[in-house]
Amino acid sequence: MQVSETDLYVFMLAAFLGFELIRRVSPLLHTPLMSLTNAISAIAVVGSLILAGEKDASTLTRVLGTVAVTASMTNIVSGFLITDRMLKMFKKDRGKR
Amino acid sequence: MSENLLELCYLVAAALFILSLKWMNSPATARRGVFAGEAGMLLAIVGTLLRGHMQYEWIVVAFVIGSGVGVPLAYLMPMTAVPQRTALSHAFGALAAALVGTAEYYKGQTSGFIMVALIVEMLLGYLTFTGSLMAFGKLQEILPTRPIVYRNQNILNLSLLAAAVGFGVALIIHPEQMWMFPIFVALSLLFGVLLIVPIGGADMPTVIALLNSYAGLAACAMGFALNNKLLVIAGALDGSSGFILSIIMCRAMNRSFTNVLFGAFGQVQMKAVAEHEQRTARSATPEEAAEILDAARLVIVVPGYGMAVAQAQHKLRELYDLLTKRGVDVQFAIHPVAGRMPGHMNVLLAEAEIPYDKLHEMDDINSEFPQADVALVIGANDVTNPGARNDPSSPIYGMPILDVDKARSVMVIKRSLSPGFAGIDNELYYMDKTLMLFGDAKAFLGGIVKAVSSTVNA
Repeated sequence: MQVSETDLYVFMLAAFLGFELIRRVSPLLHTPLMSLTNAISAIAVVGSLILAGEKDASTLTRVLGTVAVTASMTNIVSGFLITDRMLKMFKKDRGKR
Repeated sequence: MSENLLELCYLVAAALFILSLKWMNSPATARRGVFAGEAGMLLAIVGTLLRGHMQYEWIVVAFVIGSGVGVPLAYLMPMTAVPQRTALSHAFGALAAALVGTAEYYKGQTSGFIMVALIVEMLLGYLTFTGSLMAFGKLQEILPTRPIVYRNQNILNLSLLAAAVGFGVALIIHPEQMWMFPIFVALSLLFGVLLIVPIGGADMPTVIALLNSYAGLAACAMGFALNNKLLVIAGALDGSSGFILSIIMCRAMNRSFTNVLFGAFGQVQMKAVAEHEQRTARSATPEEAAEILDAARLVIVVPGYGMAVAQAQHKLRELYDLLTKRGVDVQFAIHPVAGRMPGHMNVLLAEAEIPYDKLHEMDDINSEFPQADVALVIGANDVTNPGARNDPSSPIYGMPILDVDKARSVMVIKRSLSPGFAGIDNELYYMDKTLMLFGDAKAFLGGIVKAVSSTVNA
């Protein structure tokens, strides 16, 4: 496995992009934002899947991988669902009162 | 699935994650953002599963358990418990990263830069895991919420961190010395616990944001270790998001950022309490409060953690409806650190179906207070303390506050006169124009609602 310096460039650019994107998020939505980024960072599931699903994995790898997939999956499912549940509640005053 | 196609899946997933955050900038597009995030995640997972050379039994089991826990966690949690849920999910995310790192290490043959990435991943992963569990315990009130401080705490914590980093560096140089690995893990876990021990409830917004950042960076380090750019991007986005939120929280509390990076916070000293002389505060009944509110033109409500604890947001909504119907202009002022996590109050008020265009940030609403007939403070304390503006000896001097004291009259719903988290007396309570409404926020608001509606009928 070879690590390229491209990864470092990708990291730097993504971090700057992240700053610019998050700065624009209204404080109104900071709680849903946090649960959304939490769900997104559960992308760690990709690494866990490779471990848990490896054909000739050792028991240790298999167990650790499976626990990791479970933890990530919990985050993905609950993170996206609760973000949507929160966002559904944000309503504008339509002047119907 | 061919390697190229998989890379394409990851690329599109990364783009979707970026769009997802972009669409979060306004409530109008935010739900689309969630959808983009879900699509990206699905694409990444399906792509990974189809990459070949996989066996699926264990994965299926993990998916079933994960969804089985995740769905109730999303739907059954009351909105007041959102900070706890968030802390718990930081713990899960960090645990996943740490375990992947551990498995990669025990596979052997890691060295050089990959080992560096793995060590960073595990250090952040394990300390965020126990740290978030501690935060969860404090928020859920399983653990004492008061900050626990002892002598030489910072020295102990920093030397513990130094020891963990030291073993980490040693492992990078000599990955084959496997006896060091469990020590490294144990030190990281212990550091996570001790990091959160001195944190009090009011500092939780900063800490939650910081743990969010750490969890993201752990995932990012995993991306470096596995040479997977999707992980690097998603982790960096999460890391910078948590970082920004904690900076915002710091500013809103007038704390320095280095303070937070080292976790040496939560220790506002309790010295100012003893010296205050006996002063009297005026109190009022729900009926009197109702009369004043009913006669007002502009009422600004300032909610705080006390509203969340009392679950008073729905009663507040009833009052809002009644007063609005009677021609009173009711607005809400939200301090950035009100509650236990960034944006906590907004979510609770939205849950109670209070329109979000009535909720205002501190900088936007502060100029409105002099025009307000009544400022109604519900379970908020330090964020309304004028001492932060005009008393240089106050421990919170310099912290930006809501200018509640500039309103023509002030009402404060509070259980008693006891000082807030920081142990600082609030001179607001003793001002001539202030009425203290002693009692449980929910019950008291109920009383006001009843009194207002009876005048309607009369």
